[in-house]
Amino acid sequence: MTLGNYIAAPLLVSGVVFFLAGSAGLLRFPDVYTRLHSLTKSDNVGLGLIVAGLAVQAESWFVVGKLLLVWLLVLLAGASVANLITKGAMQRGIKMWTPKI
Amino acid sequence: MDAQNLTQWIFDTLTGLGLLCLAWMALASSQLIKAIVLFVAFGLLMALTWVRLDAVDIALAEVAIGAGLTGALLLAALAKLTAVQTATSKAAHRSPKDRAARKLYRMPAALLLLVAAGLAYSVLSLPLNSRGLSIEVGANLDASGVGNPVTAVLLNFRGYDTLLEIFVLFLALLGVWSLGSLPPHRIEPAGPVLNTLVVVLAPLLILLAAYFLWAGAHGPGGAFQAGATLGAAGVLLQLAGWKPGPGFARLPWKLILLAGPALFILFALFTLVTGQHLLEYAPERAGILILLLETGATFSIGLTLAALFFGERPDDAEGR
Repeated sequence: MTLGNYIAAPLLVSGVVFFLAGSAGLLRFPDVYTRLHSLTKSDNVGLGLIVAGLAVQAESWFVVGKLLLVWLLVLLAGASVANLITKGAMQRGIKMWTPKI
Repeated sequence: MDAQNLTQWIFDTLTGLGLLCLAWMALASSQLIKAIVLFVAFGLLMALTWVRLDAVDIALAEVAIGAGLTGALLLAALAKLTAVQTATSKAAHRSPKDRAARKLYRMPAALLLLVAAGLAYSVLSLPLNSRGLSIEVGANLDASGVGNPVTAVLLNFRGYDTLLEIFVLFLALLGVWSLGSLPPHRIEPAGPVLNTLVVVLAPLLILLAAYFLWAGAHGPGGAFQAGATLGAAGVLLQLAGWKPGPGFARLPWKLILLAGPALFILFALFTLVTGQHLLEYAPERAGILILLLETGATFSIGLTLAALFFGERPDDAEGR
């Protein structure tokens, strides 16, 4: 294993942890707003960590640039779509979940 | 079995099972919106499967057309369907019509089953471990004018198929236009978020389409992927409230729609008149001819897909 691999492994593993947590949230959270919250976190941070992990192993700066572009586009699309879904849900009058105490 | 093989095996099994599962869920879902979302998810997983099979060209086409644009078209159709259903009172004559409709389903269902059986038979009767025609394609690649074997087959060796495909798309649009007008399509004014997204993405998509068109000569890409990307830009613009203006809707619109089919037909006629085989490329001019045909096809496919999403004839839209 080279130095790049040693740096990449923890980044990739923590990225996977974020995706797992995001999927668990998507399945287990009570309403559309909280589910989107968990989904966007895993998309943004999880993919960011995985991109970082792949970038330190990349063979050229060109590949690093491509990976960064992928991440930025997913950030843009993910954040915008989450906002649009939330807006749609609020227009349809879907109530936010409140915890029962 | 070493660790890498094992992970690949697990990954492939999961994607295969996931595909079957998603396909069944999409078919069995009683809610149309749920079925559409599952269909899009199926398309994405299918694209991943194509990547695993080293068929990047098909993966690109699947994700752009299969998952992306077909999903958008289905959602648009659903929106119109709901508008039609609320316009005509539906509750009055429900049950007898339902039974008649169910009878109507049997015929296409039987036909589809027959086609599926035929496909399954021909796939199963293929010789195992066959390399197909890949050796012949590889041997003639130099004469094709392009370095990507997929583009060489699509545009050169089997150009006839692509000609027909482009006409199928064109006929689909004519079919949609001849269906008559639907209740006007209400698109909500775009908020700042959607506007920003479109402002960033639309130029990027156009750039990406140009890249796909150019890259198709030597790598994954080509007219269909480029056209689908262009069509996606058109769909995004429409979602943000853009509409084709009256001047654009007449001649320029029709010229662009016809560019792909017309160039193909002209080229086919030219080869026939000059006494060559139909759609035969002279090797020294093949590269530039393919680029020309693909450019025309890209514009036509992009505009056709965007027009399919728009759904009504631009002239009709002006009348209201």
